[in-house]
Amino acid sequence: MSRAPSERTLRGRVAVVGIGETEYYRHGASPDPEFKLALKAILAASNDAGIDPREIDGFSSYSDDRSEASRLAAALGTHRMRTATMQWGGGGGGCCAAVANAAASIVAGLADCVVVFRSLAQGQYGRFGQTDGITTISGERAYLMPYGVLAPPQRFAMRMQRYMHEHGVKQEAMRAIALASYHHAQSNPRAVMFGKPLDAAKYDASRWITEPFHLYDCCMENDGAAALILVPAERAGDFRNKPAYILGAAVGAGYRSGAIPHNSPRYASASFDTLAPDLYGMAKVGPSDVGVVQSYENFTGGVAMSLAEHGFFKPEEANDFLTLNNLIAPAGRLPLNTSGGNLAECYMHGFELVIEAVRQIRGQSVNQAKRSDVALVIGGPMVTPASNLLLGSGATL
Amino acid sequence: MTSHAPYLPSGLPIPVAEPDGLSAPYWAGLQQSRLMVQRCAHCQTWQFGPEWLCHRCHFFEMQWTAVAPRGRIFSWERVWSPSHKALREHGPYLAVLVELPEAGNVRMVGNLLGDPMQAVTIGTPVEGEFEHHPEAHPPYSLLHWRLTAA
Repeated sequence: MSRAPSERTLRGRVAVVGIGETEYYRHGASPDPEFKLALKAILAASNDAGIDPREIDGFSSYSDDRSEASRLAAALGTHRMRTATMQWGGGGGGCCAAVANAAASIVAGLADCVVVFRSLAQGQYGRFGQTDGITTISGERAYLMPYGVLAPPQRFAMRMQRYMHEHGVKQEAMRAIALASYHHAQSNPRAVMFGKPLDAAKYDASRWITEPFHLYDCCMENDGAAALILVPAERAGDFRNKPAYILGAAVGAGYRSGAIPHNSPRYASASFDTLAPDLYGMAKVGPSDVGVVQSYENFTGGVAMSLAEHGFFKPEEANDFLTLNNLIAPAGRLPLNTSGGNLAECYMHGFELVIEAVRQIRGQSVNQAKRSDVALVIGGPMVTPASNLLLGSGATL
Repeated sequence: MTSHAPYLPSGLPIPVAEPDGLSAPYWAGLQQSRLMVQRCAHCQTWQFGPEWLCHRCHFFEMQWTAVAPRGRIFSWERVWSPSHKALREHGPYLAVLVELPEAGNVRMVGNLLGDPMQAVTIGTPVEGEFEHHPEAHPPYSLLHWRLTAA
């Protein structure tokens, strides 16, 4: 029997049935090595689902995670490994793609129980933001590093500066995004910034990292690991948690998004112009159906771009839309980063955002949104390839 | 040869061509105070950074073409937080993204010479200034930018 092209979808075919994470630490503060963190997160997710971790038959990650699949399978006593997928490039832009790749493996019949995870111990392996110890450089970074454009804030600030110029976006819009993350972190005991509130005055007084980014516009650097377990939808009812179904996902970037150095035609962009329509199309929902959003903050400016490209407002409306009241749970117009995200919960390279979206679907967030049957995750912005993900409760299928 | 002190302290990574030599004509050009940009010999499309073929027509004969280092500021940033030990005692500095209307609006990153606290306006015309490091190992040159004299 032939199938119509419209049936090539992830919608409703795969469910998240387990989530888990380690304790989250400041960078360098983890007592455990990175690989041990990965194991702990995978066991936590298995325990949450109520499955024997040996039954996991696939592994999926991104950003060249060092905890590689074969070692994990050997360590866990995996009965048989059937898929092992690494998303190319894009850093935190791959956090949703890793879920999409795993889900695609399940839909295609390659695997039945895939763990998607990210493990990071920056203290053990060096911080993303430090660039000492390089004497010569070639390729993309050769056009940047000799001019002091080294670390991520320096690599992304000019995109935001241009975006602010093109659309009249103000610093206060970025500030609201930072305040929302910190607000939510104050009721999240897992958050590294739990008990460390932020207000507008403290944001304004904070030092510049690279204009237009203040300290609080920039993500943290942390140690930890997080994982989730995916199974085919028809098995979702066998597990103890309320399933979070995949409604859709999209991966990639638009025309010549990867043109170096800083030669992407759509420069002042988060790279979701082509992905957002694909995502909504697969999920059969639109922006007005989305009740809660987790949007990757490498920098707050990227969140502003991401939300606009996903249709929540026009770039010219960013200053009006992006206010603290609009962005907080339970009843803001669009509760954003309800665990505290990369800014204030933990920089788990965006995977903590995916976990939080599952909690929202389950109704288990510490900052539960009033509308949480459709939860959006937007991966790392301003990179290529980027990715995004829509999760839904059973009621949305 | 410029007589100015380098804009940034020494010790930052030195740019070199890739092992396959793709960008070698660009870096060699800078050492001769020439700005070289790829242009397709078939469809005349400008291309920067370099690639082995033309992104528009897929012709492999990309010609390195000298262009006047003149452009306008497309975006900018003022860097305050040092992320390299060579910059640890250094104050804020300016990086600019310059687009070159005379070369298909390709863009390149450099530093904006002058007062690091100057106000910067997107769209402002700038001209290039080569900064040579003949004593470095290996020797290299950079291309900075300065506001065009009114």
